[in-house]
Amino acid sequence: MDTPCQGFMPGSLPDLLPLYYRRLFPYGPYGRWLSYGGVVKNYFQRREFSFTLRDDVYVRYQSFNSPQELEKEMQKMNPYKIDVGAVYSHRPSQRNTVHMGAFHAQEKELVFDIDMTDYNDVRRCCSSAEICSKCWILMTIAIRVIDRALMEDFGVRHRLWVYSGRRGVHCWVCDDSVRKWSSAMRAATVEYLTLVKGGSETVKKVNLTDPIHPFISNSLSLVEPYFEEYALVGQDILGSSESWEKVVALVPEYILWLLLREFPKKHDSIQRWELLKKKMEKCKPCHAEWEIMLQYCFPRLDINVSRGVSHLLKSPFSVHPKTGRVSVPIDLRKLDQFDPFAVPTISCLCSELDMAHEEEDGEKENEAEPEPRRRTRDYKKTSLAPYVRVFEQFVEEMDKSRKGELLKRSDLQGDF
Amino acid sequence: MEFSREKRLKARLAGDRRGDLYPHSLQFYLQPPTENISLAEFENFAIDRLKLLKAVENLGVSYVKGSDEYKSRLEREIRKLKFPFKALVEDDYDARRKDHISHFILRLAYCQSEDLRRWFIQQEMDLFRYRFNELTGDLVEKFLKYVNLSYGAISKEVKEKLAVQLLNSTPGLNGAKVEELEFYKVPLQEAMDLFRVRRVYLLNAFTYVPQTDIVAIVLNNYRTKLSKALALTARSLPAVQSDERLLPLLNHLSHSYVGPDYSIQKSIGKISLEHIDALSVKSFPLCMRQLHRALRDNHHLRHGGRMQYGLFLKGIGLTLEQALQFWKSEFIKGKVDADKFDKGYAYSIRHNYGKEGKRTDYTPFSCMKIILSNPPSQGDYHGCPFRHSDPELLKQKLQSYKIPPTGITQILELVKGMHYQLACQKYFQLTHDVDDIGFSLNHPNQYFAESQKLLSGGREVKKEPSEPESSQQKLSSQKSTSSCSIPISSNTEADTELEGLDAYFTED
Repeated sequence: MDTPCQGFMPGSLPDLLPLYYRRLFPYGPYGRWLSYGGVVKNYFQRREFSFTLRDDVYVRYQSFNSPQELEKEMQKMNPYKIDVGAVYSHRPSQRNTVHMGAFHAQEKELVFDIDMTDYNDVRRCCSSAEICSKCWILMTIAIRVIDRALMEDFGVRHRLWVYSGRRGVHCWVCDDSVRKWSSAMRAATVEYLTLVKGGSETVKKVNLTDPIHPFISNSLSLVEPYFEEYALVGQDILGSSESWEKVVALVPEYILWLLLREFPKKHDSIQRWELLKKKMEKCKPCHAEWEIMLQYCFPRLDINVSRGVSHLLKSPFSVHPKTGRVSVPIDLRKLDQFDPFAVPTISCLCSELDMAHEEEDGEKENEAEPEPRRRTRDYKKTSLAPYVRVFEQFVEEMDKSRKGELLKRSDLQGDF
Repeated sequence: MEFSREKRLKARLAGDRRGDLYPHSLQFYLQPPTENISLAEFENFAIDRLKLLKAVENLGVSYVKGSDEYKSRLEREIRKLKFPFKALVEDDYDARRKDHISHFILRLAYCQSEDLRRWFIQQEMDLFRYRFNELTGDLVEKFLKYVNLSYGAISKEVKEKLAVQLLNSTPGLNGAKVEELEFYKVPLQEAMDLFRVRRVYLLNAFTYVPQTDIVAIVLNNYRTKLSKALALTARSLPAVQSDERLLPLLNHLSHSYVGPDYSIQKSIGKISLEHIDALSVKSFPLCMRQLHRALRDNHHLRHGGRMQYGLFLKGIGLTLEQALQFWKSEFIKGKVDADKFDKGYAYSIRHNYGKEGKRTDYTPFSCMKIILSNPPSQGDYHGCPFRHSDPELLKQKLQSYKIPPTGITQILELVKGMHYQLACQKYFQLTHDVDDIGFSLNHPNQYFAESQKLLSGGREVKKEPSEPESSQQKLSSQKSTSSCSIPISSNTEADTELEGLDAYFTED
């Protein structure tokens, strides 16, 4: 299945998108996700969607009466990109009919955006928008660290991690209580999760002080196993005098000189790191060794995306207009195996679909299934199937816990 | 129905009034007062609380909050104004009642704009923090239960299990302290300020807050309630405003400050017109200096400027005749001829002196009024330069007035922290070359009087034989409201508080 998936030409989008939206987009679980069980009145109807059309025409504040209506509109407009916004006090499409101040964003999933470009100062393999399998480890680490904290520290249950389609990942936290968080709570959460601070003017971006908070030590134990593979082997951060100078700038001065003298005698980054660790043992209280690890590997979050309740974020299963890759959910159980380059592009999916149909047509020509049912299963014939399965499991998990909630509540009511 | 309710109320007020109504010296002010009170009491309560909040504001900038000096001075103020100051005093029903009622009156006066709400919440929070910290452990417990914030303390076993985590997540603890301190299990949302900076242990959506930090939770909760209540009050204000006995009083409360109003013209006729230029450089506060400069440059001032500056000049002693002459001589140098001046402008000057219209003798504007009402727009020169100018322009202006760079930095810091009056106070210190001005500034005319006092070595300008003791009286009353200020402490705490406030206001 490899061959047809190679080339994606951005110019072919207008031809491919209609097919994608008609036959492949997983409307079923998608609609179920954003309806949240229909518990809250008009929850889906008050949700903002925003479409980016051809030539960067941007249409905000769209809302729909039902997932079916959204489906129709997507098939009509064939948007290059779909963004999901907040649930508002009124239907976004009718925002002009209500009093100015009355229309406001009420709820949204807590979202995180982790973008590889924020790591450019600690990445030597690629520049700016490019990624490779070497630096993708950074995303793996980020997901591990943030996901653990969300689950264990914040007690969150429903997290959907999605590949952005190019060089980063998104996280959608969907628990009922979290969707109601104020922007102050969202900002506080990002602040709690942030350790790397300062722009290009700051050399030392991580400063640890005693006592080391459990969040930091827990995160460190997740970063540590990746450090050698990523920083010492992959990026070879102590490989040459030019690159190790940046690293030793982060250690206390009297150790700095020692290291500069002895580093040339060692063979590679791993040996030099061993040396650095040994020297650091004698200097307490000082966490330079950890600070280096964190500065090179710790997740870097964009607070502005997370803080704003009304902030838009690219929808799962939207196609990235530049790469043609579909924004697919990531299976955390197979996180280390996730390969962004193996994620299907829209051209790949379309040709897979064509091939499947040719075979089908040859076999059972007369067994015409009813139109809609056939459509929902089309993605199963393509390499999108496993990703949709991950998404379905996520939605099912939410349904299950909602039913548990309802059961509990009706039990309570039954008491009197 | 009505009758029985009243009876029940009365019985409660008269009988078991202490225990029932105000079980604690401290409260969240959740229930508005329901009794009838006289207008006089209404006004007195409100003014006393305003005095108290004003004192809280001044002390908060002059001293490190929570320091011994701060606490003892605040206690003195509270005691002087007869608010509940010691939690254990049993027989202070009157003080608690006054605390309760006066808080609700000021809510009415301070709910009307974002600026007012912000100021009110800030001062009430500081007051609350002080009073909460004065409670003894036993009373803290009782109070938390009273306001439904009693979080369960974690058991010994849980504490033992989490000992390492608690130790590592709570700065300033040691093993022994963890053992002796109580830790409370508080929902995530209520401990936002603590978990944000990783000052508490966070596990499964609960924070583990040591009893020493519980005040942050209580304050967080109080602030949320108060800001919501103020928003609600603002919405129901029209109903209150229809009561014409209250409306002027409430407006007066929110726009005036506590202290002399400089309306009694004891200094009348002591200023001669040719001195004004010199005085404007030496003894005028920046706002008036700016207005005077603009008037001399443009030979005109728009209405807002004429009001603010004209009344100030009246306050420093210009007679009506002098005022007419002053404004006329300047205006006719510009586009206004004598005839037009007499027709168009003379009226409003006489009006200011109570000679026209409803014949109110207008009083000069206080700093609060200048800062909070009628902000200047294009072509206006009135307002408070510390509040209403762009920091960059303010900096340039101060530089041109030869204020030393370190002084300018200090002033801009204060402006950033929204302490406009203190910035002006700093300006006074720098222009008069004194370290401690010995009063807290809240009126442009006070600035002028103090400046003159200082420059003439304790004596007033060009003493004229008439008016013997009234000025003395003024000075002594001045002293009593003053509290000396020492070099300004850091404002970071106030800043973060306000940041939080922003969030609360935008949330709604």
